Amino acid sequence: MTTAYALSDTRVMIARCVRRSLRDPEAFFTALMLPVVLMLLFVYIFGGALNTGGAYVDYVVPGLIVLCAGFGAGTTAVAVATDMSSGIVDRFRSMPIHGSSILAGHIVASLARNLLATALVIGVGLGVGWRPVASPVGWLAAAGMIVAFILAMSWLAAAFGLLVGSAEAANAATFVLMFIPYLSTAFVPARTLPRVLRPVAANQPFTPVIETMRGLWMGHTSTGASVGHEALLAVGYCAIILVAAFAAASWLFRHRTAA
Amino acid sequence: MPYTVNALGIRKSFGGKLVLDEVDLAVPTGSIFALLGPNGAGKTTLVRILATLVRPDAGTATVAGHDLLADPLGVRRSISLTGQYAAVDDMLTGAENLQMMARLLHLPPRTARARAAELLAEFDLEDAAQRRVKTYSGGMRRRLDLAVSMIADPRLLFLDEPTAGLDPRSREQLWGTVRDLANVGVTVLLTTQYLAEADQLADTIALLHHGRIVARGTADQLKASLGGEVVRLQFADAAAYRRALGCVQAIRADERLRAVEVGTDGSAASVRDLLGQLDTAGAPAARVSTGRPSLDDVFMALTATATTTTTTTTSSHAQEKVTTR
Repeated sequence: MTTAYALSDTRVMIARCVRRSLRDPEAFFTALMLPVVLMLLFVYIFGGALNTGGAYVDYVVPGLIVLCAGFGAGTTAVAVATDMSSGIVDRFRSMPIHGSSILAGHIVASLARNLLATALVIGVGLGVGWRPVASPVGWLAAAGMIVAFILAMSWLAAAFGLLVGSAEAANAATFVLMFIPYLSTAFVPARTLPRVLRPVAANQPFTPVIETMRGLWMGHTSTGASVGHEALLAVGYCAIILVAAFAAASWLFRHRTAA
Repeated sequence: MPYTVNALGIRKSFGGKLVLDEVDLAVPTGSIFALLGPNGAGKTTLVRILATLVRPDAGTATVAGHDLLADPLGVRRSISLTGQYAAVDDMLTGAENLQMMARLLHLPPRTARARAAELLAEFDLEDAAQRRVKTYSGGMRRRLDLAVSMIADPRLLFLDEPTAGLDPRSREQLWGTVRDLANVGVTVLLTTQYLAEADQLADTIALLHHGRIVARGTADQLKASLGGEVVRLQFADAAAYRRALGCVQAIRADERLRAVEVGTDGSAASVRDLLGQLDTAGAPAARVSTGRPSLDDVFMALTATATTTTTTTTSSHAQEKVTTR
């Protein structure tokens, strides 16, 4: 099987997944509303009571990006699980096509959905007074961080969707991934957390991802560590999650079949 | 005779439970072959193995000239699978589904569109082409499913319970479509639990029960295995009914109705002998009627172990006459 066929298969699968995303208006609308509503909620309702040493919007943008990516990954888990529990994957598999293209379609659609949500967070943030000081190179680096994080979350979600195999169970991923950011430095600095939660927030993978973006955009992190240090950790975490989730998803895809 | 499927000694267990036990299967090229059996007989597993979706624990098979284990890609290029649940995308329209599948079979975009239009017409779906499949009726989904299966002109078409859940009219329509496909030379291997479906469609029927093929032949051969005529005897009282069961080979018996069915060759002499035998045993029949055996009778006779006590049947008689190979 040639690379050209693999690419063509993947292109068809991406088109399918994007089309499916666009045709589920309820989910699509929720995904677009979420960044807007959360931004307004955190900046205008909670923000006044939170002291993070500056305008709260300057603090919260990276956290909201990560939160929305968690929601987006949940959508991906549900989409993969739905596919697996319908007969269509069996048909794809009994056709002479590249098996990896099916998952690749989901991942690319997931990336597209999440980047759209991220763009909304950034757009609304700028609208309500977010003033990042990053250089163009800093912006590029932040974009790279976001893409790496979304890819890692998407593969993790795909593996989870394959593992549970039902849309209802896959929905649990949304809940978990949207909860984890609260135990990081997404919304408040780690030093303000209860003593028992501080090491959790300081050492979980979401924190360096958030701090890398924060450092790149605002010039300083909330942990006091340098951007380079946080970025190294963040890239390391993303790479580990990506490789492990990719391997797990590929294995599950080969060994799971629809009921 | 050339065979499109030739499987030998296929064995598969799931979690220690034997699902297929040394199944041999030969499907003649260009024929419609029905795997008939109750739920859990192993029909779907066998189809999934032959369609390269599940690896057998043991056994070999050649499908459309390709070795199942050594050349699964070759097999996939020659077959098409229509599973129990219509494998089409709900969120896409009929036309989009066909175009997508055609592109996945590496038809160029323009050819893919043309082939989709052709198939929509052929399967009577032109009016619904631009509607999402979600809005289709069960029969329409099945037709679209079959249309998708036909994109690449497969040599072998697997249909796993193609009419499950369809109303009688859609079922008739689908049977017509399957016959048309067979007429243009496609080999069809279908599974079904509907006897009428096997009877109507199949050139050859194999009866799968508890993972083993317990009988095979044409519908007529299978029916003939029970004798030319089924004689239905009814008895005046329970005592006579029980005595009768003791002296004849019953295909089927119903204690409540005090009725016993016996296979005969249909000659007047054999019926006279049978009645005489019953008289001698002190179980004179109160009423007698005869009829052609149905595939149901064969099915009941061969799958006796699954039936309840009110329907005691003897399968040895039937199995003697059906070639089990």
